[in-house]
Amino acid sequence: MKISRRTTAIAIAGATAFALVATGCSSTPSGTDPNEKITLTVATFNDFGYSDELLAEYTELHPNITVKQTKAKTSDDARANYFTKLGAGSGLADVEAVEIDWFAELLQYSDKLTDLSSPDVEGRWLEWKSNAATDADGRLIAYGTDIGPQAICYRSDLFEAAGLPTDRAEVATLLTGDWDHYFDIGQQFVAKSDAAWYDSVGSIMQGKLNQEVETLESTDGEIIAGDNPVVAAAYNDILAQSPELSAHLGQWSEDWYAAFSNGAYATMLCPSWMLGIIEGEAPEVDGWDIADVYPNGGGNWGGSYLTVPAQGAHAEAAKEFAAWLTAPEQQLKAFIKTGNFPSQVALQDSEELLAVTRPFFNDAPVGEIMAGRAAAVPAAAPFKGVKYFPVMKALQDSLTRVDVDKTQSAKDSWAQFLKDIDALK
Amino acid sequence: MTQSLERDVDVTPTTPGTPGPDKTEERAIRRIAFGHRLSHWDLKLSPYLYISPFFILFAITGLFPLVYTGVVSLYDWHIIGGQGDFVGLGNFEWVLGQEKFWIALRNTFSIFIFSAVPQVILALIIAAILDQNLKAKTFWRMGVLVPYIVAPVAVALIFSNMFGDQYGLINNMLGRIGLDPVGWHSQVVPSHLAIATMVNFRWTGYNALIFLAAMQAIPRDYYEAAAIDGASRIRQFFSITIPSLRPTLIFVIITSTIGGLQIFDEPRMYDSTGEGGASAQWMTITMYIYNQGFGASGGGQFGHAAAAAWLLFLVIVIVGLINLVATRAIASNESRSTK
Repeated sequence: MKISRRTTAIAIAGATAFALVATGCSSTPSGTDPNEKITLTVATFNDFGYSDELLAEYTELHPNITVKQTKAKTSDDARANYFTKLGAGSGLADVEAVEIDWFAELLQYSDKLTDLSSPDVEGRWLEWKSNAATDADGRLIAYGTDIGPQAICYRSDLFEAAGLPTDRAEVATLLTGDWDHYFDIGQQFVAKSDAAWYDSVGSIMQGKLNQEVETLESTDGEIIAGDNPVVAAAYNDILAQSPELSAHLGQWSEDWYAAFSNGAYATMLCPSWMLGIIEGEAPEVDGWDIADVYPNGGGNWGGSYLTVPAQGAHAEAAKEFAAWLTAPEQQLKAFIKTGNFPSQVALQDSEELLAVTRPFFNDAPVGEIMAGRAAAVPAAAPFKGVKYFPVMKALQDSLTRVDVDKTQSAKDSWAQFLKDIDALK
Repeated sequence: MTQSLERDVDVTPTTPGTPGPDKTEERAIRRIAFGHRLSHWDLKLSPYLYISPFFILFAITGLFPLVYTGVVSLYDWHIIGGQGDFVGLGNFEWVLGQEKFWIALRNTFSIFIFSAVPQVILALIIAAILDQNLKAKTFWRMGVLVPYIVAPVAVALIFSNMFGDQYGLINNMLGRIGLDPVGWHSQVVPSHLAIATMVNFRWTGYNALIFLAAMQAIPRDYYEAAAIDGASRIRQFFSITIPSLRPTLIFVIITSTIGGLQIFDEPRMYDSTGEGGASAQWMTITMYIYNQGFGASGGGQFGHAAAAAWLLFLVIVIVGLINLVATRAIASNESRSTK
């Protein structure tokens, strides 16, 4: 009885053990015969937009290479898998996708990844994108896929009912300003509507912090979130107005997903990859639209990379393949399929990209809007170090306790946050 | 299998009893006696060989990880970086100093109580009903087992939807009849109740069938005699059925204790991040171990995870011992009462 639970615990212990046992037997790259028949594997998560047809194109170009894709459901699953097998020294795909928020954790073990720098790809990506993928020794260890330039998505039907403009150009003008301005308009809105202004305090915090350079960690790797006035100010500003403005939803919770379609709030911060989520969760809702505006300038949230683990048997071939996948032509196809905005310089103002529209968002020219949003992303990217991910988690939890769970006051929750990050030091 | 057989055969000739004489003599004896010896070994060793697969498997999948986890717990050990400095009992000290660890321990016991107690009581009642002369017996009996064959992850998905704080089915219905919504995810006790509900949903039917099997082994004469003496159905249940079920009760309680203390699937699937809530409201010990080792919030600290795993092991051993003592008391009670 209850074998499944018992096995889970054993599996954890077992995975630990096998990971260690396997460390000794990583294979070395074999001699490279250009015509050798090989299979390359690429592991992604969510939806990178790499269709079977796209991968088959590569086999057409290189008849000796077959490509197989495995997809993890979430980035967290991909992370657990990646870290375990990287530590074990075997079992990873030839090309592995990583997400920006946990990428830094990986960066400290960059010797386990193939150096991907090559004159062919120089200048292919936005500078901050490729800078974040360069390790302390100057090796480029990952090729950028997409970025997450943020716009604002809004419910035009709720705007109309509250007497706000509905046209996306007018909404952009209305919301242009800093965060306080965004909150002020929010107060005007909630005074005339039953709905809240935004979905979740968590995403507002992400939005604010992604506009700063030093937030949770100092650039030399210390956790400074507890003493950083930027973080404390953001925390207090958000929670001061969240009782009226927030829909009190925890991001990624069941309620949060349900609220896409039930009109619980009027606006949300909208990175490019969010478009697909909204459309998937609220297919029957008419009112969703997107405006080319963002509080306090621009911001980027999320985005991914492809890496080539050094443990693979075909590192050279995998590098070439990753370079092909992240080339502008392929990434444009991925954008059209999923809405993941490309990180490639050549695509930022390409005509094909600018022409992309999305019928669901009232035929919004999302290519053009997102290109504008990408241009507004501050050139100095936020610093995300080794502990970024767990500290951000603790900060999000502290907001959740106050705004969603309502189990602690803002002051108590901050004290708890300080304790939580102490445990991470 | 064949390999281990050969190894055993090779090893045994040099066991005590044969050493001493010079080589040629030993060889001669060996030739003559080999057939005999083989059948002798066959007799002596075969039983052990036949049961060895279990123990070999257990050594690989149970004992080795257990010991290795112990080794890992003494080092600063990172999921990617691997073995670091020897820190002795530092990891244990660290884990025991964490508020979250104690919260996790509290949650584990609380969810265990909320699930085990109603589960055993409900299972007993269901088994007693199934034990009556019902029409379409097999249908009803299979029916109670259906929740058990549903994957735990699927159960958790459905239930976490029902227990949504704002738009969940249950809070919706509570609202209809004019009650305040319950913070199924935000509050400690409601979240434990919700998770215990998932556990009970899966395991009650399973336990009921075990009880039912034991009930059917109770001689019917007892009931007839009791009925003649004028005992009511309820009196019969408490005076005949329950005492006869003691060994089965003990089995069910012990297995559900071990399972309950290692509960993982349901609380992990209770929300989408699987970290046990913003103030660790429903984070159990196994989740704490997972989070430290593999999860997003722990940073791949295998040393901490291994230390916590060993602490869980100790907790289970202690609870197991308490169970054992309780079992002995009940068993001796039982032998006294039957005399």
